[in-house]
Amino acid sequence: MDQLTQLERKSVYILREAYSAFKSLCMLWSVGKDSTVLVWLARKAFFGHVPFPLVHIDTSFKIPEMIAYRDRLAAEWGLSIIYGQNEGAIASRQTFPDGAIDRIACCAALKTEALRQTLSGKGKRYRFNQATRAYEVESNPEPFTGVIVGARADEEGSRSKERYFSPRDYESAWRVEDQPPEFWNQFNTDFAPGTHVRIHPLLDWTELEVWQYIRREGIPTVSLYYDQGDGKRYRSLGCAPCTAPIASTARNVDEVIEELRSGRLKNVPERSGRAQDEADGGGLERLRRDGYM
Amino acid sequence: MRDPKANWEPAPAAAAGPRVSIAVVGHVDHGKSTVVGRLLADTHSLPDGKLAQVKALCERTSKPFEYAFIVDALTDERSQGITIDAARTFFSSAKRDYVLIDAPGHIEFLKNMVTGASRADAALLVIDAREGVQQNSKRHGYLLSMLGVQQIAVLISKMDLVDYAREAFEQIVREYRTFLGQIGVRVLHFIPVSGARGDNLASRSAQMDWYPGPTVLEMLDDVRVSQANVDQPMRFLVQDVYKFTRSGDERRIVAGEIVSGRLKVGDQVVFYPSGKSARVKAIEGFNMPSRMEVRAASSAVGFTLEDQIYITRGEVASLLGQPRPEVSTRLRAKLFWLAPAPLKPKHEYLLRIGSAKTRMQLEHVVRVLDAVTLAASDKQQVDRHEVADCVLELKKGIAFDVLSVTPETGRFVIVGDHRICGGGIVQERLDDRQSETREKVFLRNFKWERSDITPELRSEVYNQKPALLLITGTAQSQRKALAKGLEKRLFAEGKTVYYLGMGSFLYGVDADEKAHGPEARVGHIRRLAEVANILLDAGILLIVTARELRREDVETIKTVVYSDDVHVVWSGDSITTDVECDLQLPDDLDVESGIGELKTFLHKSGVIFKPNW
Repeated sequence: MDQLTQLERKSVYILREAYSAFKSLCMLWSVGKDSTVLVWLARKAFFGHVPFPLVHIDTSFKIPEMIAYRDRLAAEWGLSIIYGQNEGAIASRQTFPDGAIDRIACCAALKTEALRQTLSGKGKRYRFNQATRAYEVESNPEPFTGVIVGARADEEGSRSKERYFSPRDYESAWRVEDQPPEFWNQFNTDFAPGTHVRIHPLLDWTELEVWQYIRREGIPTVSLYYDQGDGKRYRSLGCAPCTAPIASTARNVDEVIEELRSGRLKNVPERSGRAQDEADGGGLERLRRDGYM
Repeated sequence: MRDPKANWEPAPAAAAGPRVSIAVVGHVDHGKSTVVGRLLADTHSLPDGKLAQVKALCERTSKPFEYAFIVDALTDERSQGITIDAARTFFSSAKRDYVLIDAPGHIEFLKNMVTGASRADAALLVIDAREGVQQNSKRHGYLLSMLGVQQIAVLISKMDLVDYAREAFEQIVREYRTFLGQIGVRVLHFIPVSGARGDNLASRSAQMDWYPGPTVLEMLDDVRVSQANVDQPMRFLVQDVYKFTRSGDERRIVAGEIVSGRLKVGDQVVFYPSGKSARVKAIEGFNMPSRMEVRAASSAVGFTLEDQIYITRGEVASLLGQPRPEVSTRLRAKLFWLAPAPLKPKHEYLLRIGSAKTRMQLEHVVRVLDAVTLAASDKQQVDRHEVADCVLELKKGIAFDVLSVTPETGRFVIVGDHRICGGGIVQERLDDRQSETREKVFLRNFKWERSDITPELRSEVYNQKPALLLITGTAQSQRKALAKGLEKRLFAEGKTVYYLGMGSFLYGVDADEKAHGPEARVGHIRRLAEVANILLDAGILLIVTARELRREDVETIKTVVYSDDVHVVWSGDSITTDVECDLQLPDDLDVESGIGELKTFLHKSGVIFKPNW
């Protein structure tokens, strides 16, 4: 059995375990390559369907093309999409691009806090209406108790210590010293009231394997990942002000794979274009303990 | 469905085989992280700038650089100097790709070592040449064997600090080999290494020409990747039965994972613990070529059946004509315990094997073993970090295998207080009181004539789930008034409900049964349950009253009728038998309020879909 099939099999098993264990389940979808592979794996697991909502945290600073791509796939694949954002911080211009705070504080406000509010249902949730193709405010939002996230162990140090099923306390905090054991094909799907569980089906995947799987399955990806003729492309997608494209002439999936495997990116960290990593001492531990994805 | 853009050409050579996972274990401070960090550096597997980044950080914090810091990426661990959690790092040899799982050596974090090591193809167990065999060298060795990691190499580390002395190496080898012999574990190699100097890791040491064996990298390249059990009896763990009708999909797909054997279209599958059976109609998948057969380790499996039988998550599918899985509520197991609170009798836990889950209790401890000294004791509890031989009592019968067929159906975890607390391996199926009744049920379910009307359709039309509500209590209790009142109320609300008193049954269905007294009781109860099973199959909500039901009666009923559909209510202040009930109604509750409580209970249990009050 090849590596991709083995990875797919395990991810699918985890997704199905999550679906049967959590009544109120959602999946975070940043529309980046990893979480899009995750959506695809859900379609594998549930035979063409995605039986839970996809939650997108909109910082309002995302590259516009990402939002267009999100809404196109939502319609094409019949996805149920919810987005949420920290409207207070955005309206009062308490952000890094507005010059009010540093990058880390901005991530904490526009991502971590927005995520916390959206997951708990305390913040406004906007749901995509398949019929009108428009977003509507969701009434009576319920807290999500299971949250599927596309984190991979090879991304950076703190993610390499994650469990497949990772309990979070009522504040969304990750207590890395106190994680329950998880072994064989058994996971911590049981949880105390008021807490939630983060589920990581992509933990064992590497960046290269994500791309190889995109090629094998023919998964559509946003064109920002490819050189459009100016010798630049994005390797990792985030907010426009904190994400820089890398110099690359890879124009399609094949060329990206070639570049990662044997080309000049072989030994360059994937998130080297993400400024907040550097600001957090080379890892994301501080952000992640507080509930960052 | 298959995407025309998909590219099904075989993956290129570098990613052809599965990645090999290697756990690195051993006592705290014996140099595990250093070995891993050095191996990454020497095989050029570190991202550009990583080494410089860690060195710069060491400079800023005025600490001497160590290779271990590369792996211990969390700030917590840098300050404490020990690995808290298992960290995964990826690297490649010239031959293939690896993931190294660096497991913590501190006793406090044994749960993390287990987490890291449980999924490994092989393990490197590191022992410090100066300190020799320590507690966790032994404990980790023992746990590796219980976790099913069979390929183990022992690295004697920090050889540079003992001047590469052969004597020091051989003494540790002798001592550790004796320990392994006592627990029946064999290792592949003992390798003398130095993480700080890189001896015998990626390249052969010039300092130890007395050592003839492989380097660590050579040893890793020889590790065999575990093969799928394709030639064993078929076992398929049912994760769920999906029907996405709302998305316009009428397929009723049994979804799960095939862990051993092969399954093909047309095969007669038998599900356990129910004993229900049907033929495979089609193998289902998304965006993949259509298939007639799947085998162990296939991707994302699901299948549809020719007959619409009612099965649920937790069943194990097997093939007719092949050895079937065991089913019982009692089993003997070897387990290890990781939670701070001990495993004790008379406490309730959850046990999970494969996708099955049931409440359980520790019946008794056969013996407890200290995983370090191997001293045995017969105390009746299992403390943290101990290994024990126990008898477990489950609340409902589930399907499992004893060792031989495939590990997936013979390994379990125990959950307490929302967390996995321990795990183990089933050693033996033990008889329980229901063994005889269960065999009758298997045959009945196998022979059952299926109707074309599915349970789901009945449920949809009746707007309820079939259920058996047992209302019991003393002779003076209001059980009959409650039962009749509830029937009347639900009937008026359009439910398909029926009340059956024990008396109506005994003098009718049971009229020609001559035997009386305690011996006959099992038979009476079993027949009552069979009648209930027919009514439930018809989609009915059946209310039965009986005086002072006992635990064994309910066990029998739950063996005959699908156990999740059975609900037990005790009417009265004091429970006079050993029965366990799901709801108790006090004596001074008037009938009207009692009916209200029963309705709320049925709603919460998911029997009645829409509350009408």
